[in-house]
Amino acid sequence: MLKVENLEVAYGGIQALRGITFEVPQGKIVTLIGANGAGKSTTLRSMVGLVKAKSGRISFNGADITNQPTHKTIAAGIATVPEGRRVFANMTVLENLKIGAYLRADTAEIKKDEEWVYELFPRLKERSWQPAGTLSGGEQQMLAVGRALMSRPKMVMMDEPSLGLAPLIVQDIFAMIRKINEMGVTILLVEQNANMALKTADYGYVLETGKITLEGSGQELAMDEDIRAAYLGKRAAKKGLVH
Amino acid sequence: MIRLNSKTKLILTVAALGLTMLWFYHLEQNPRANGYLIKILERSAIYAVVAVAMNLMNGFTGLFSLGQAGFMAIGAYTVGILTIPVEARPNVYYISGVAPWLEKIEIHYLAALFLGGLIAAVFAALIGVLILKLRSDYLAIATLGFAEIIRSVIASPQMDTITNGSYGLKKILRFETIYTPFILSAVCIFMMVLILRSSYGRAFLAIREDEVAAEAMGINLFTHKELSFVISSFFTGVAGGLLAMFMGSIDSGTFRVTLTYDILLIVVLGGMGSVSGSVIAAFLVTGGREYLRFFDEPLKIAGVQISLFRPGFRMVIFSALLMIVVLFYRKGIMGDTEFSWDGIANFIYRFLPTGKARRGNGGRDE
Repeated sequence: MLKVENLEVAYGGIQALRGITFEVPQGKIVTLIGANGAGKSTTLRSMVGLVKAKSGRISFNGADITNQPTHKTIAAGIATVPEGRRVFANMTVLENLKIGAYLRADTAEIKKDEEWVYELFPRLKERSWQPAGTLSGGEQQMLAVGRALMSRPKMVMMDEPSLGLAPLIVQDIFAMIRKINEMGVTILLVEQNANMALKTADYGYVLETGKITLEGSGQELAMDEDIRAAYLGKRAAKKGLVH
Repeated sequence: MIRLNSKTKLILTVAALGLTMLWFYHLEQNPRANGYLIKILERSAIYAVVAVAMNLMNGFTGLFSLGQAGFMAIGAYTVGILTIPVEARPNVYYISGVAPWLEKIEIHYLAALFLGGLIAAVFAALIGVLILKLRSDYLAIATLGFAEIIRSVIASPQMDTITNGSYGLKKILRFETIYTPFILSAVCIFMMVLILRSSYGRAFLAIREDEVAAEAMGINLFTHKELSFVISSFFTGVAGGLLAMFMGSIDSGTFRVTLTYDILLIVVLGGMGSVSGSVIAAFLVTGGREYLRFFDEPLKIAGVQISLFRPGFRMVIFSALLMIVVLFYRKGIMGDTEFSWDGIANFIYRFLPTGKARRGNGGRDE
């Protein structure tokens, strides 16, 4: 569905991505894991044209979307859940959802999708008229996901959905990601929480200082000694506590 | 919280409109005696349009523009040039004469107002391409500069046969009754409210809240900023035309930066992001400015002349007021909420003794 070949991105003179190649097949959950500054967020931003690629090619369903204006890419069926949620704090929950459907014109269907998102996240329905800034962190994350779903995307890209959330809520968020995937939405997940991400994903890539150093199925990567040492905690790796 | 039912609200709205109409009718019965009040009301209504237009750009879209005086000048001069009666033109352009192609063109004032707005909008579209990439203060400086350029061009001797240069225009078609400016202002504000309530309005808000997130939702930042700027400038131009008709004679000095600051005061005082706040503040500020004139007159207390009270002192009071609002009451009268009868009811309720007693109950009866 999404294919990235030799993508290079530079901020001024600083090379953020040094030619990465990866693929997200239809209907799957693919994760990109890596430490701070590895280039995960840059990768996501360049997918939707928020940062410009220096070279390389990004294609979505066969069409070249490299450096395409953001609104065109969103209209083509990619939605984003930005890092740190970034809900519109002074707008109500409902208004936030409506902004998610901004590029659609089918009013009746939008109404249906509002109901669908409310069904998925009943908590949001209760808070429909509340300003989004008054929601808890977990609720805001649900809203950010709901908002992305409102564009009826073929694929959703999520940037660190677990960031700053309590462990129990993180579990909820990942359960929800699986649920959305089961409804047929392809997911590209960027995470620092490698443990949860690899458990959830079908396939994973490890990004280190702008290069992909390892790839494999979620399980394979979770078992890999180097990964365990680097991302899942050394002690846990030694004792074989991580599965 | 009190919630009035929709029937009560409708009755209140109709009653308020009816009373206003009755009041206007009463004023119109004796326009000479009520002239001062009529003037203040008309000016307030026109300033309300500019303030709402400025709010649409500054408060709702979050783009800080200070070009209002320039766009008003464009609208005012368009209306002025096109509505001065043909037979009066030699008298108006008595120094350099009127340009031959302009000599015989005179159009209906509604068409002239629309055209004034349109020309302002075209200017906005053109300079918007260049300056809307700038952020906050830089955008304010660029628009401020644009307004000064417009003013200088209008006043330049090269424009003598069109704008009458620094001599200004007079004998512009004036309003005959108080109804005309009020109805036109109401129509303008109503149209802006419709725009703000549409999905475009929601996109403007999203841009104000978080540009990056708005872009990630598929909102084309440039197109929407440009749209906001063009719409705002259109109505600012129309309001400039209304001001020209209100004043009857204008010159480039009318459209100095201070005019923009007057409007900015209204917008900040009313609340950034509140249409009704801008309207209320337009009447308060314009009225206040007139009725505070006693500050400008010499005052003697027990035979001692208070030296503070002299011409211009009320402007000091106004500036101090603006500082106080910005320091202690940053949200203005309405914040970013809108006028509602529920709001009024709750406001009154708070001052009723029973209301206080109930609140003391920990709000349990909610």
